[in-house]
Amino acid sequence: MAQQPAHDSHEAHGSLKSYVIGFVMSLVLTAIPLIVVLNDILDGTAAKVVLLGSAILQFVVQLVYFMHLKEEGKPRYNLMVLILGLIIVLTIVAGSIWIMTYNKVA
Amino acid sequence: MLDKIKEFASEFFVTGDPLIYGADVSIGLTLIAVVTALTYFKKWTWLWRDWLTTVDHKKIGIMYVIASLLMLFRGGVDALLMRTQLAIPDAEFLSPEHYNQIFTTHGVIMILFMAMPLMFGLFNLVIPLQIGARDVAFPFLNSLSFWLFFFGAMLFNVSFVIGGSPDAGWLAYPPLSEMSHSPGVGQDFYIWGIQISGIGSLMTGINFVVTILKMRTPGMKLMKMPMFTWSVLSSSLTILLAFPILTVTLALLFIDRYFGAHFFTLDGGGNPMMYINLIWMWGHPEVYIIVLPAFGIFSEIVATFSKKRLFGYKSMVFALMSISLFSFFTWAHHFFTMGSGANVNIFFAITTMIIAIPTGVKVFNWLFTMFRGRISFKTPMLWTIGFIPCFIVGGMTGVLLSVAPADFQFHNSYFLIAHFHQVIIGGVAFGFFAGLYYWWPKVFGFKLNEKIGKWAFWTWNIGFYVCFMPQYVLGLMGMTRRVSSYGWDKGWYELNLTSTIGGFLMGIGFLFQVWQILHSIKFMEKDTTGDPWGGRTLEWSIPSPAPVYNFATLPQADEKDPWWEEKRRLAEGGAPKPQSKLEPIHMPKNSGVPFIMSAFWFVAGFGLVFDWLWMAIPGLIGVGACMLYHSFNYNTDYYIPVDEIKRTEAAARRVI
Repeated sequence: MAQQPAHDSHEAHGSLKSYVIGFVMSLVLTAIPLIVVLNDILDGTAAKVVLLGSAILQFVVQLVYFMHLKEEGKPRYNLMVLILGLIIVLTIVAGSIWIMTYNKVA
Repeated sequence: MLDKIKEFASEFFVTGDPLIYGADVSIGLTLIAVVTALTYFKKWTWLWRDWLTTVDHKKIGIMYVIASLLMLFRGGVDALLMRTQLAIPDAEFLSPEHYNQIFTTHGVIMILFMAMPLMFGLFNLVIPLQIGARDVAFPFLNSLSFWLFFFGAMLFNVSFVIGGSPDAGWLAYPPLSEMSHSPGVGQDFYIWGIQISGIGSLMTGINFVVTILKMRTPGMKLMKMPMFTWSVLSSSLTILLAFPILTVTLALLFIDRYFGAHFFTLDGGGNPMMYINLIWMWGHPEVYIIVLPAFGIFSEIVATFSKKRLFGYKSMVFALMSISLFSFFTWAHHFFTMGSGANVNIFFAITTMIIAIPTGVKVFNWLFTMFRGRISFKTPMLWTIGFIPCFIVGGMTGVLLSVAPADFQFHNSYFLIAHFHQVIIGGVAFGFFAGLYYWWPKVFGFKLNEKIGKWAFWTWNIGFYVCFMPQYVLGLMGMTRRVSSYGWDKGWYELNLTSTIGGFLMGIGFLFQVWQILHSIKFMEKDTTGDPWGGRTLEWSIPSPAPVYNFATLPQADEKDPWWEEKRRLAEGGAPKPQSKLEPIHMPKNSGVPFIMSAFWFVAGFGLVFDWLWMAIPGLIGVGACMLYHSFNYNTDYYIPVDEIKRTEAAARRVI
C-alpha cells in the first residue's frame, strides 16, 4: 500500500460483456437444479449428480467471471491458495465421512 | 419494583463466592483509577488520537502485547487457583463447579486470548520492519482485527462477574455444552467471545499473507526472506484455512443452543462426535499456528547470538511449510478413544509420527547453527537454549501419545496435561518471551535489565520442570484431568504438592518479568545504535524505536541477512549502498471506525448472550453502519513531506 501512489494501481477487471455472460450462466446453473427437482424430472442418484454437477460448474463460473482467476498475473498466488484450499476442503469432507462412518448414532 | 431489580441483579451478577466479590471490588477500583488518572492528566484525547484510532502496525503490536500480558496474568491466576486446590487431598478451597469454570477459562484464555494476541503482537511489531515495508498491506483491517480481538476477549472475561463463566472445558464438547446440560449464559459468552475475536484472527491471517507476498522490499526474493517472516507466512496460511472451521463449528453449536437445532445433540438425529471431529480440525492446526512463529523467533535468535548464518535455510523453510500443511492431516489423534476403528486410528497415528520429522529437522538446524558459533548468553538466547531440551522432551511424549493403543491408557490423564503444557509453555511461551526480549529494544528504544531477566528465566525454567515432570508420573498413576479433588488413599499427595510448588515458582518468574519491565523503565538504558544485539536482518538497520514510516528510503536486499552483509562490507572498507532520493511517503490515516465497530460487535454479542434482541439488533445495525461509513470514506491516506522525513531522521541522528 505504502509503496504505491494512491488509488491508481488497480488493474482493470473484466468487461460488461464478461460480467453479463457470467451472470446469465449463474442464473442458468441455478435454474437447472430447481427445475429438475421441483418438477420431479429426475430423482435418486441421477438428481444428485445433476445437483452436484451444476454446483461445481457454478463454482467455476464464479471463479472465472467474478474472481478473475484467469487474469491473474504471475506468480499466481490466488490459484495456488485456491488449490490448497480445495485440498483442505477435500480433507475435511472426506476425512469427516470416513471418521464418522464408525460413529453413527442409531 | 425494588424486588424485581434485586431479583434481576442476583441473576445477572455472579454472587455467593468471596473470591468473586474480591474480584468485583478490584475491577471496580481499577476502572475508577484509570478513568480518574486519564481525566486528571487530561489524557483522553491522547488516548483516542494516538492509540485507539491508530493504524500504525507498531502501536497495534504494542497494544496486542499489553493485552496479552494482562490475559497471561488472569490465565496464570486461574492456574495457580487450580494448583492450590490440588495441593492437598480433599481440599475445600474451590467448589467443584467453580473448579470447572476455572479450568475452562484458563484453557480458553491461555490459547485464544494470550498466545494468539502475543503472537499477533510480534507479527505486527516485526514483520513490516523485517521485510522493509512501511506498514502492513491493510492497515485499517489490522486495527479492526485488534479491536475485534480486544472486545471479544472482554466479552469472554466479563462472564466471570456477569452471568457466570463457561464450565464445559476449553473446547466445549457437546452434549455438555448444549442447552440440555449448560442452560446458563456462560456457554454463550464462550461462543460469542471466541467468534468475535475469531473474525479478527482470520483477518490478521489474510493481512500477513498479503503483506509478506506483496510488500517485500526490492531484491528480497521469497528464498531470501528472514526465517521469522517464513514462519509467519506458514502460520498465517494455516490460520486462513483453519479458522473458518472454528467459526462454522461454533456457529452450528450456537444454532443448536439458540434455535433448538440438532447438529450435536444426543436426540433428534444429532451427533456430538461430529463436533469433536470438527473442532479438532481447527484445534490441531491451531497449536501449529502458535508454535510455528516461535520456531521462527528461535531461528532469528540462534543466528544472531551465535554470530553465524542460520544452518540449513532451505530445510528450515521446507520444514515450516510442510508442518503447516501436514497439521491438517492429524486431527483425529485427539480422539483415538472415540471408537472410529483401527484403520482411522492407524492413519492418524502415522501422520502424527510423520509430522514429528520436520520438527526434529529444525532442532538439528538450531544445534548446528550454534555449533562452533561464538555464543553470547543474553536473555533471548537463554530462553532459546531453555526451549530446546524442554521441547524435545515434550515432543517425545507427544510421539508416545501418538501410539494409538497406548493412547487408550494416556488419554485425558495428567500425562497428556504434562505433554501439552510442555510443548506450549516450553515451545510457545518461551518462544514469545524470547521474541519479546529480543525485539524489545527495537520497539521501545530501551533495553531490559539483563540481571533480573536471568532471575526470571531461571525461576520460570526450574518452576516449569518442578511443576510438570511430576504430572507425567501422576498421569501414569491414574490421575485424570479436570478432577477437582482426590482422596488421601490415592497416593498422589506428594507429587501434587511438588507440582503446586513448581506452579508458584513460575508465578514468581512472571513477577520477576513485571519487575524487570518496571525497573528498566525507571533506569532507562537507551538503545542509541538501533542494533543492540548485532542483528542480521533489516529491522536493525533503522533507529529504535522505528520512525512512523519505518524506512526513509526502501532498502535494497539482495542477499540473506542483508544488514549483516552490509555491516561486513562497511567494516571491510566498502562504500555504503547508494540510497535513492527521498520522496514523500504515502501513509494511511488514523480511523476511529475499527474501535467503534468492534464496540458495536460487543454490544451485539452481549445481547445475543442474554437473548436480548433489543440490544443485539441495534448492535448489529451499528456494525453495518460502520461498514457503510468506511466504504464511502475516501479520505484514508496522506503523504509525509520530504522536509518532515529529514527532520525525523536528523532527530534520530542519522544523516541522509
